[in-house]
Amino acid sequence: MLSDIGVDSIEKLFAGIPERLRLRRLLDIPKALTEPELIEYFRQRAARNASEYSSFLGAGVYRHYIPVIVDALISRSEFFTAYTPYQPEIAQGTLQAIFEFQTFITQLTGMEVANASLYDGSTGLAESVLMGQRISKKNKFLIAKTVHPEYRAVVSVYARNLGITVETIGYSASGRIDMADLAKRLDKDVAAVVVQTPNFFGTIEQTHDISELAHQHGALSIVNVAEAISMGILKPPGLDAVETRTADIVVGEGQSLGVPMSFGGPHVGFIATRDRYVRQMPGRLVGMGQDYSGNRAFVLTLSTREQHIRREKATSNICTNQSLCALMATIYMATMGPAGLREICEQNIVKTEYAVQQIRSRTPREVLFQGSRFNEFVIKLKDDYAKCAQKLLQSRIVPGLQLSRFYPELGNAMLVCVTETTTKAQIDAFVKGLE
Amino acid sequence: MSPDDLLYTKEHEWIRVSDNVGTVGITLFATKELGEVVYIELPKVGDTFKTGDAFGNVESVKAVSELFLPVTGEVTAVNEDLGNAPETLNEDPYNKGWLIEIRMKDPSETSDLMSAEEYDEYTKSEE
Amino acid sequence: MSNNHTRVGKHFQLTERLVFEEGSAGRRGFNLPELDVPRRAVTDIVDESLLRKNIDGMPELSEVDVIRHFTRLSTWNYHIDLGLYPLGSCSMKYNPRINEKVARLDGFAYAHPFMPPELIQGSLDVQKTLEKCLAEISGMDAVSLQPAAGAHGELTGILLIRAYHESKGKPRRKILIPDSAHGTNPASVTISGYVVENVPSNSSGTVDLENLRKVVDDDVAAIMITNPNTLGVFESQISEIAEVLHSHGALVYMDGANLNAMMGITRPGDFGVDVLHINLHKTFTTPHGGGGPGSGPVAVKKILEPFLPYPVVGQRSDSMLFFDHDRPQSIGKMKAYNGQFGMHVRALCYILANGPDGLKEVSEVAVLNANYIRARLKDSYALPYDSPTLHEVVFSDRIQARKDVHVGDIGKRLMDYGFHPPTVSFPLIVPGAIMIEPTETESKQELDAFIDAMKTIATESEENPDLVKKAPHTTRIGRIDEAAAARKPVLRWKPS
Repeated sequence: MLSDIGVDSIEKLFAGIPERLRLRRLLDIPKALTEPELIEYFRQRAARNASEYSSFLGAGVYRHYIPVIVDALISRSEFFTAYTPYQPEIAQGTLQAIFEFQTFITQLTGMEVANASLYDGSTGLAESVLMGQRISKKNKFLIAKTVHPEYRAVVSVYARNLGITVETIGYSASGRIDMADLAKRLDKDVAAVVVQTPNFFGTIEQTHDISELAHQHGALSIVNVAEAISMGILKPPGLDAVETRTADIVVGEGQSLGVPMSFGGPHVGFIATRDRYVRQMPGRLVGMGQDYSGNRAFVLTLSTREQHIRREKATSNICTNQSLCALMATIYMATMGPAGLREICEQNIVKTEYAVQQIRSRTPREVLFQGSRFNEFVIKLKDDYAKCAQKLLQSRIVPGLQLSRFYPELGNAMLVCVTETTTKAQIDAFVKGLE
Repeated sequence: MSPDDLLYTKEHEWIRVSDNVGTVGITLFATKELGEVVYIELPKVGDTFKTGDAFGNVESVKAVSELFLPVTGEVTAVNEDLGNAPETLNEDPYNKGWLIEIRMKDPSETSDLMSAEEYDEYTKSEE
Repeated sequence: MSNNHTRVGKHFQLTERLVFEEGSAGRRGFNLPELDVPRRAVTDIVDESLLRKNIDGMPELSEVDVIRHFTRLSTWNYHIDLGLYPLGSCSMKYNPRINEKVARLDGFAYAHPFMPPELIQGSLDVQKTLEKCLAEISGMDAVSLQPAAGAHGELTGILLIRAYHESKGKPRRKILIPDSAHGTNPASVTISGYVVENVPSNSSGTVDLENLRKVVDDDVAAIMITNPNTLGVFESQISEIAEVLHSHGALVYMDGANLNAMMGITRPGDFGVDVLHINLHKTFTTPHGGGGPGSGPVAVKKILEPFLPYPVVGQRSDSMLFFDHDRPQSIGKMKAYNGQFGMHVRALCYILANGPDGLKEVSEVAVLNANYIRARLKDSYALPYDSPTLHEVVFSDRIQARKDVHVGDIGKRLMDYGFHPPTVSFPLIVPGAIMIEPTETESKQELDAFIDAMKTIATESEENPDLVKKAPHTTRIGRIDEAAAARKPVLRWKPS
């Protein structure tokens, strides 16, 4: 090969790099490990994570059953080692699967059109705020305090250099957004109202009322769903007989649809909107069309919106979507079907309510916020969170999230999550640990 | 040969002037560069623009291009038919493919624009 | 077709409808364990007005239906396990299976990011070790693993630059970008509140130093470069370029997409770069997954470390690792939690599998393979720039265009020979560009097969251009009417 190139050593191929920039030592990284050594290395580290404890953590990352066939299918190298489907003739597998994902998301959210996925719920929310700015040409956003705090933190990073202002709307004793305060603060300068359902406290918001109120004041309605599986049983923000009672953008996190928790990533964001706003939507889109012989075919479309053609006028700077994770969600929804999703949601609701009742009747702890819940709730601790947590950890139970971290006004409070994977025995042990 | 009853801009728009009413579109050269047009975004009747303002954009599969107004004015009509048939722009850019009509604030601004002959010279040098 | 055409034979393949057109009422693919707490009606717990009746149009499938459907779909994809992807600046290399095995360990898959630190030391250790390795490889001082992908890393990098300038009293207004840059660059700039100013390349396709001196002033916040650039050419004046920026108090951002050309050979930190993003799904072999997930960590010099997104992985005096949120100068959070952990595991596994010798060999062979292709194809395709290239090479379709055969056609015809097309029509400064990056995981046999196919296509373009212009001929679907698909977009299935 070197003779074809016309040099006598590989070193000559780097002649264009000035000598003083050359690294003349080996990189100071660990020596190469062989396959058995690598397995051992990572096995040891994985073992230092306490994954076999029972866990009552939720807060945006949820433990649900993942059917074995999800991993079996996405492990096919045809799916996971394929590139972005820019050449549709040899990427119809990926393209059709994404088209199916887009459709599943519209069905789940009740919206008209969805994109091929975004990085995650938090960046998705930021992108939907930018989208709201583009559509309304206004800069003020009213965001509920009960939207996931890390999502709100990401929004503020994206918003700060684009002239966007964010005002926070508090919550009422029910745990839901303070509607009176919202109504007072809505004026003609508001671009959109942003709420989350179920919200960070686990309380289900009445998004249809909120959408109607927003529209009455000329504002858009953006609803964030961090626990996507809840739409398997809850009336989604995009579904209502009256159009003014539906959201303009539904955005969120699809991790609970067959994607492992994996210490926070990779997960999968989704965004859905009305047909008339499709050209303002960020990210990739797969459309259905035909080849010149009339065969049905799928193709990336409306890509002039994306970064690679519009450059500085692009609707966002997204390049990758989360294709393989979107495929996991697609396979999950296909496997569960509407009945399966409904049953999982029922178990989440019933088990959570069981936990709430047990805590009320057997412990001195107070369950806050009386609004209807999905799979999370807040308990007020009489004593120090740390003391309470330590007791639970000793029984190999991971406690719920320490809420004072994000909501200091709640004092010693804990956000507890119960899913279909939490057994009665685990709930009973958790309750006993709180006594 | 570009139609000689029109005036042209460097950004490949044309304008047909009648008293103080101008009809605006884009040239065959522009539509050839863009390829098959898939979508057109146009302003609303009543919108006002200054010379050189972007008043909309044209989208093809591979590119999106802004549309610049050759003169100052207020939009009095918008070609609604293009919404259903954006390919009209490729088929007939100078007649059926008209984009907007404007009431010009200052008709003398057209003296800065190119004639058909000057425009054809200009596009030859661009190629 | 040529005689070398034994690579593509006949193929047995099934068609498949949309998943919504399959299945039948009552089927389910998964059974849940029975409810073990006392049964109650959901309507007793949640107000009925909050519930939905059904999910219109969602299909009902058995496990076998699902397996068949997606397996059939998968057979329509080209993928790296099948053959070469010569995509420039994508570094499409083999995805080692060991990465997949370790990423799936229960301890990693079931870890929750909000667990108390003492219960997640394994994940924190993986992140800390990866940070150290990436810092050493890039010659930088600190790393954040938070950005979700390359474009996200870019945005993070520019926000870091902005925070730095703001801390000095003036954010400045402009960011310089060479006209050969990747499409994500200008968009990231706009979102950060800066304005793009283009820097034209010179006749060797590199940044023109004299032109640069003219445009750099105290209103320039930074330059965004790729090195080697998108033509595969190493900016040999990179230190001088960095000096021009630094002397005006501006910073240098590097797009790390082309890191595959230089591991163990030179380091961005050593040639004046202040911040760069690294694409784990390129050089560090995390799989492309049909378009993601990726991962785009940023590596910075000490001056930018205080501004990194929070949390950073810190270490206490008792050597326990933890997520440190006490970062008063941080730009904030770029994403919930701390990045695409599943990709961090894979990338670290790759780095540890190679070690210092292995990574250097990766870059050496990547550069060797690209130069081999360049040498053997330069008589068939036009080389717009004479400069030596590293891990990728850009040709143009100038010769073939005389017979009205364009770069897109050449790419489509390559499919008939069993290859994925190279990157086409990019970089924009080369009209009709064909950008080829083979990477180091391709054998000489695969490279020769690719070269033979490209030479054959060059001949076909001369002697039978229509064959190339109407390609592909052997794929299950042909070219798509993209204009029609964009005019009346159909973006979801609807029940009829």
